[in-house]
Amino acid sequence: MAQATATRKPARRRINHSTVIMGLYLLFMILPIYWLVNMSLKSNSEILSTFSLWPEDLTFRNYRVILTDASWYMGYVNSLIYVLMNTVISITVALPAAYAFSRYTFMGDKHLFFWLLSNRMAPPAVFALPFFQLYSSIGLFDTHIAVALAHCLFNVPLAVWILEGFMRGVPKEIDETAYIDGYGFWRFFLRIFMPLIASGIGVAAFFAFMFSWVELLLSRTLTTVSAKPIAATMTRTVSASGLDWGVLAAAGVLTIVPGALVIYFVRNYIAKGFALGRV
Amino acid sequence: MTLVLENVSSRHGGRVLIKPTDLTLENGTMNVLLGPTGSGKTELMRLMAGLDTPRTGRILWNGKDVTGMRVQDRGVAMVYQQFINYPSMSVYDNIASPMRLLGKSSAEIDRAVREAAELMKLTEFLDRKPLELSGGQQQRCALARALVKNAGLVLLDEPLANLDYKLREEMRVEIPRIFEESGSIFVYATTEPEEALLLGGHTATLWQGRITQFGPTPEVYRQPVDATTAKVFSDPPMNFLPMTKEGDKVYFGDGQVADAAGLIAGLGDGEYLAGFRANHVELEQHTEKAMKYNARLVVTEITGSETFIHLQCCAQHWFGLIDGVHNLPIGQKLTVWLDIRHIYVFGEDGRLVAPAAYALAA
Repeated sequence: MAQATATRKPARRRINHSTVIMGLYLLFMILPIYWLVNMSLKSNSEILSTFSLWPEDLTFRNYRVILTDASWYMGYVNSLIYVLMNTVISITVALPAAYAFSRYTFMGDKHLFFWLLSNRMAPPAVFALPFFQLYSSIGLFDTHIAVALAHCLFNVPLAVWILEGFMRGVPKEIDETAYIDGYGFWRFFLRIFMPLIASGIGVAAFFAFMFSWVELLLSRTLTTVSAKPIAATMTRTVSASGLDWGVLAAAGVLTIVPGALVIYFVRNYIAKGFALGRV
Repeated sequence: MTLVLENVSSRHGGRVLIKPTDLTLENGTMNVLLGPTGSGKTELMRLMAGLDTPRTGRILWNGKDVTGMRVQDRGVAMVYQQFINYPSMSVYDNIASPMRLLGKSSAEIDRAVREAAELMKLTEFLDRKPLELSGGQQQRCALARALVKNAGLVLLDEPLANLDYKLREEMRVEIPRIFEESGSIFVYATTEPEEALLLGGHTATLWQGRITQFGPTPEVYRQPVDATTAKVFSDPPMNFLPMTKEGDKVYFGDGQVADAAGLIAGLGDGEYLAGFRANHVELEQHTEKAMKYNARLVVTEITGSETFIHLQCCAQHWFGLIDGVHNLPIGQKLTVWLDIRHIYVFGEDGRLVAPAAYALAA
């Protein structure tokens, strides 16, 4: 009996210990997001006048503004359009490239593979000027495809790199067996090979989506009105009547949502991707 | 239907994989490619399948040149040593896939798939994914897929090497039976002489990218054309000792003398290499003329009903396979007996000049 209490006590203390640390960790993690949500549900006067841990005068006006004003919600639509375009293009282009790198040896393949990755070492700002001039002169300026293509510069190499790792894990004998069975290349690739690397495609698509979604500099430089992304809209909200704090906070909350949704759906794939060591 | 390789050779990088080779496989024959790891068995199969293009020579299928033809159009089937299936498809779809590509009717496909599954004892697993099966079942699934296609040429690349002992025994019995029903050309690669003997048919022995001999399996085993073939087609490896013939006497290393009899009597005087198999090493004198050797015992392995011994004798390393369990202390001197009737004689260039007398009698 005495022994049982003696062993139980430290166990309980340990649980308390870890609970406290975990609680603090979560508190610090959640705090900025909570404050954003908190602000988005307050009126401007409450934000500026008092310090309150939760909205004393709960209002959804800020969200209403965003969801009814085209200059706001079109920012989300524009962002989503070019992000999805970019994700589709990146994966479509990277799949055959990664297959070639994983299955064939050709002159300079290793150098080319490394060089692809080195594309990601330059900051996007470096490419803002050439893209701006190029797109202006060929009439692509302020279009969704312009931003989508610009982001491909970063996302295609990353997608090739990730997909190649997944494809390398599939034995070459599966390809050969399929050819012997009579599959043509494309039929084999779509029916047999793609399901095998589905998690890799998920991981690559996730990274392409995330980069394109959070990238601000190129998307702002290459657009003015018709393809203006939400991040750019958020940085241009100082009006004659001052800063609209509440609406900005609401816009911030809505900007987090798509990323969080994507992460939620691909979380298992990401874990697998990390386990395979190419992310 | 015949498959003919004419002067076919292959290289990868700077390495020669297959030296120029001629080989004719007749319709409805079981052909075993026997050779150690790296001897070119897989490469030879890849050339037959069309997965690799030969550097020189032609491949003829029923007299038609198929050297550059796409794999898809060849009408071959292949099973790898690794268990290769399509993981995203069910076992049923796996087996059905080659037939679907041939555009067969679904009733016909269903019948063939169920028949093959029955043969491979996979009927109850048809709805599962291959990776949910055991290794043996996965390999049976791969075999079923290869068979259902009814290809004229079925290539089996060490299909049983990754299976456990029990399953291997079962499949060894199954495969020749399946083969007889199919009427196709079967090519079966293996590293194990025992497997070649069990499968029967024809055997081609490979050594460093070269076919050293091709013929009916028992014939290749009993009368290997050279020392290399004998080495490849013996497990444990063949033992050798130098031999000199002078007049009607033959002198073996270690001062043993025997009367030249049978084919050995017909040889010219000179130096030869004598070879004998491990199971012909005897611990007791069975015949009056048996030659006696004093060897040192290096290792013994007891397998249950046989004793496998490593011997050091006449500056050579010998292997012996002896019936029954013998508890012999390691390092001791051991007297072993050899019967001249069990000795193959090879010339100095390695070619067989006189097969062992027992092999001719059988």
